Amino acid sequence: MSHSEAPQAEAEAGRPKARLEVAGLEVRLGRSGPDVVREVTFAVRAGEVLGLVGESGSGKTTVALALLGHARRGLCITAGQVLLDGADLLALSPRDLRAARGARVSYVPQDPSSALNPALPVGAQVREVLRVHSRTAGAAGDRVAEVMGEVRLDPPPEMLRRDPHQLSGGQQQRIALAMAFAGRPSLIVLDEPTTGLDVSTQRHVLDTVRSLCRSHGVAAVYVSHDLAVVSDLVSEVAVMYAGRVVEIGPVARVLGEPVHPYTRGLVGAVPSPERAEALAGIDGQQPRPGRRGPGCPFAARCGHAIADCATQVPEPVTVAGRAVRCLRAQGIQATQPERLPLVPGPPAAAGGPALLVRGVTASYGHRLALAGVSLEVPPRACVAVVGESGSGKTTLARCVAGLHGNWTGEITFRGRPLARVARRRDKDTLGRVQYVFQNPYTSLNPRKTIGQIIGQQLEELTSVSRRDRADRAADVLNDVSLAPDVLSSYPDQLSGGERQRVAIARALAVNPDLLICDEVTSSLDVSVQAIIVELLRRIQRERQFAMIFITHNLALVRSIAQTAVVLRRGEVAESGPVEQILGHPADPYTQRLMQDVPRLRPSRTHRPPGPRPA
Amino acid sequence: MAVAAAPAQPAAAARAHPVARLIRRRLAIGVVTLFLVSVVVFLATEVLPGNAAYAILGHNATPVRVRALEVALHLNRGVLGQYWSWVSGLFTGNPGHSLVNGQPVWGYVEPRIINSAVLVFVVGAIGALAGVALGAVAALRKDGWLDHVTSVIALAVTSLPEFVVAIALVIVLSTVIWHVLPAVSLLAPGSYAWSQPELLVLPAATLVIVIVPYILRMMRAAMVEALESDYVEMARLKGVPEWRVVLVHALPNAIAPTIQVIGLNFLYLAGGVVVVEYVFNFPGIGQGLVSAVSDRDIPVIQFIVLVLAAFYVVMNIITDVIALLATPRRRIAR
Repeated sequence: MSHSEAPQAEAEAGRPKARLEVAGLEVRLGRSGPDVVREVTFAVRAGEVLGLVGESGSGKTTVALALLGHARRGLCITAGQVLLDGADLLALSPRDLRAARGARVSYVPQDPSSALNPALPVGAQVREVLRVHSRTAGAAGDRVAEVMGEVRLDPPPEMLRRDPHQLSGGQQQRIALAMAFAGRPSLIVLDEPTTGLDVSTQRHVLDTVRSLCRSHGVAAVYVSHDLAVVSDLVSEVAVMYAGRVVEIGPVARVLGEPVHPYTRGLVGAVPSPERAEALAGIDGQQPRPGRRGPGCPFAARCGHAIADCATQVPEPVTVAGRAVRCLRAQGIQATQPERLPLVPGPPAAAGGPALLVRGVTASYGHRLALAGVSLEVPPRACVAVVGESGSGKTTLARCVAGLHGNWTGEITFRGRPLARVARRRDKDTLGRVQYVFQNPYTSLNPRKTIGQIIGQQLEELTSVSRRDRADRAADVLNDVSLAPDVLSSYPDQLSGGERQRVAIARALAVNPDLLICDEVTSSLDVSVQAIIVELLRRIQRERQFAMIFITHNLALVRSIAQTAVVLRRGEVAESGPVEQILGHPADPYTQRLMQDVPRLRPSRTHRPPGPRPA
Repeated sequence: MAVAAAPAQPAAAARAHPVARLIRRRLAIGVVTLFLVSVVVFLATEVLPGNAAYAILGHNATPVRVRALEVALHLNRGVLGQYWSWVSGLFTGNPGHSLVNGQPVWGYVEPRIINSAVLVFVVGAIGALAGVALGAVAALRKDGWLDHVTSVIALAVTSLPEFVVAIALVIVLSTVIWHVLPAVSLLAPGSYAWSQPELLVLPAATLVIVIVPYILRMMRAAMVEALESDYVEMARLKGVPEWRVVLVHALPNAIAPTIQVIGLNFLYLAGGVVVVEYVFNFPGIGQGLVSAVSDRDIPVIQFIVLVLAAFYVVMNIITDVIALLATPRRRIAR
């Protein structure tokens, strides 16, 4: 931020000059349309990583691409400078810009499985970045071999001849890193490069990024919505909201003792793998470009807002070692947001288990997905099923719900064995076991209104009369904190968080005894995730159903479940009370998972010298 | 490291190469298909009213002459016997004799097969190249004038039956406006189309006009998708020159789905030649089929239908193999 001279300039006096300086960056929809990002200013020194965080839609990726002089279809970079080693990338001719990309500044994409060309072997794609910048074939080959070592991918030479789809997600991301580092750039832009990777793979990728940036003096900008990942990796962090940087400074300050109410909200929403805490989300949504109105764009969601916030755009002010765009910045204590410890729920009720799974073995074709899994869900309890992708979590849930028929073993629900597939189960059983899917963007029929979606559920599984269905639907929407006017909306008019609430309401409409939640928060922002988790916990307490909560995110487990089951390659590695499994894991696999979980611990990173803020 | 570095096992390596497996399976299915087609064709011509002897001699023939001809044509044997003598004839290179002139079927059909094959492959090659090129350019200049012009023309042409296109071409190029090309493609019996290439132009042009819009539209859609893809954006962010982005990154991925459409158009051509050959009197397999049907020349009908069925089977296999080779995701099973 341009106005953050005082403390930062002093701190920087004795330190190396910035490698990347971004000043007044502005990107609009079309040449003169509404702004998508504006007044973005920050600097990164060689060997350091700046984290760019915020909810989806905050403009993180737009800024990241603008650092390479690129704007997606419909967007225009309309103002600002991107100074790389003192020269403005945005002032370059298209030809010079092309020469700079891949050589002086490079990009690591969010999803390597779609960013690697499916028709070209991966080796050719790494080599290409060198060849188009006029290295000879021999020199390029040597450098490819070298950079493969740098990203700790020690391939048999034949791996370079493989097509992208033959590599695992982690290997694909290493290939993308190799492409980015191959040309020895001064700046590397990483756009959520670990989203979708297992925690262990994520840890390896992050370690690689960190060591490469340090050892080669590369400046890096790391875009992420995951504050825990960022706090582990970066030295400075910029928090974006509605296209602006609302708080920027050293990571220990910004994430350790946030000032801006938005940052405080984000930090408060991050689940902790160590303690059982109530999660506080941020209600509401970010205003879209063109609908940002006058004043602070966060005012509508802000607990500290005053009358002026609605009319006055806050200018950056320096508070406690970081720059903040907030009118109330001086009045907010720079502290770690307080978190309430979770009140332990009532002890598990007496009586038989709601669900009993005994020795379930399931397979897809010839591939074994579950090998003799047993677990027990007490009534009114929540059991978390955790494990890496491919460990069989979802298969287990699908067997219980009757969506996957190819299993053997025994699944007993309320004392009676469940039929193998859903279509052999009676309506009563179908209604008592409900499922909420991972992706709310695909689990709601886009051609039906929310009222029809919930109404159909009531029509199929209950005897609620046609007249009462709308009332009943409005009731369950109220339970998930949605207004009744949502009934006439279509799914695409809702945000991801709202859609997931609708999916939960659809399940609740028929009063289930067992709710299966399959990675229900993994496609949502952390601020929305916190709201959904709190919502599920509250409703479960009120309605007293049993729940299976499937997640790859171990940090979430303590906030919702009493029992945890760790799956590893289709087998139960370990199971027991959450405090025991997460606090004192006995199985090496669980230990490694716990060790690799990214933790929000900005205080561990080095603190710049200077007086602590009051 | 263990998780990240564990190489994805090329599971297919141990088993047969998927392309070889596909060809083997498809060939087996193709043989079964041809057998079924031969049975259907044989039975269909059998149940037609009257038999070949009546067809040859006419309805005023005396029963004695009919009986004599039936013996000569083996019509007195049972259905199975007749089928057997027909199929075994096919395998020994003797598909029988024409009922119309008593000439061997092969001698009558062979130059027509060649002529039609020349037409189909000339049209297929030109149509595929033109469709792919125009579709790619339309995608690159999306919403430009060329894109609009090609999409309007493509829509107009796809709504016209091929004989209308043929007649329009005849009006413009052979009769009313200019007289640059022959309106009918008369060839001496038994001679080949390449001896007078100008006779190929109008039938070929008609069919090219008919098939290009389908290929163009598929190619345009696939190319637009490829150009919007993450890997094309990634290539640009790697500093890859634009020509290389288009030719190396976008085009190969766009061609894969287009190959299926090109294959379908080859199959269409096998039927499309019937109408167009008839319009231009082009001495090909389609025109031969039409005249054989009107003459009730059953051995010729049977043989030509089998040839067309075999073409369908072979073209389907070729299309699938090429499409498989063009799609790495499917080429090697994970």
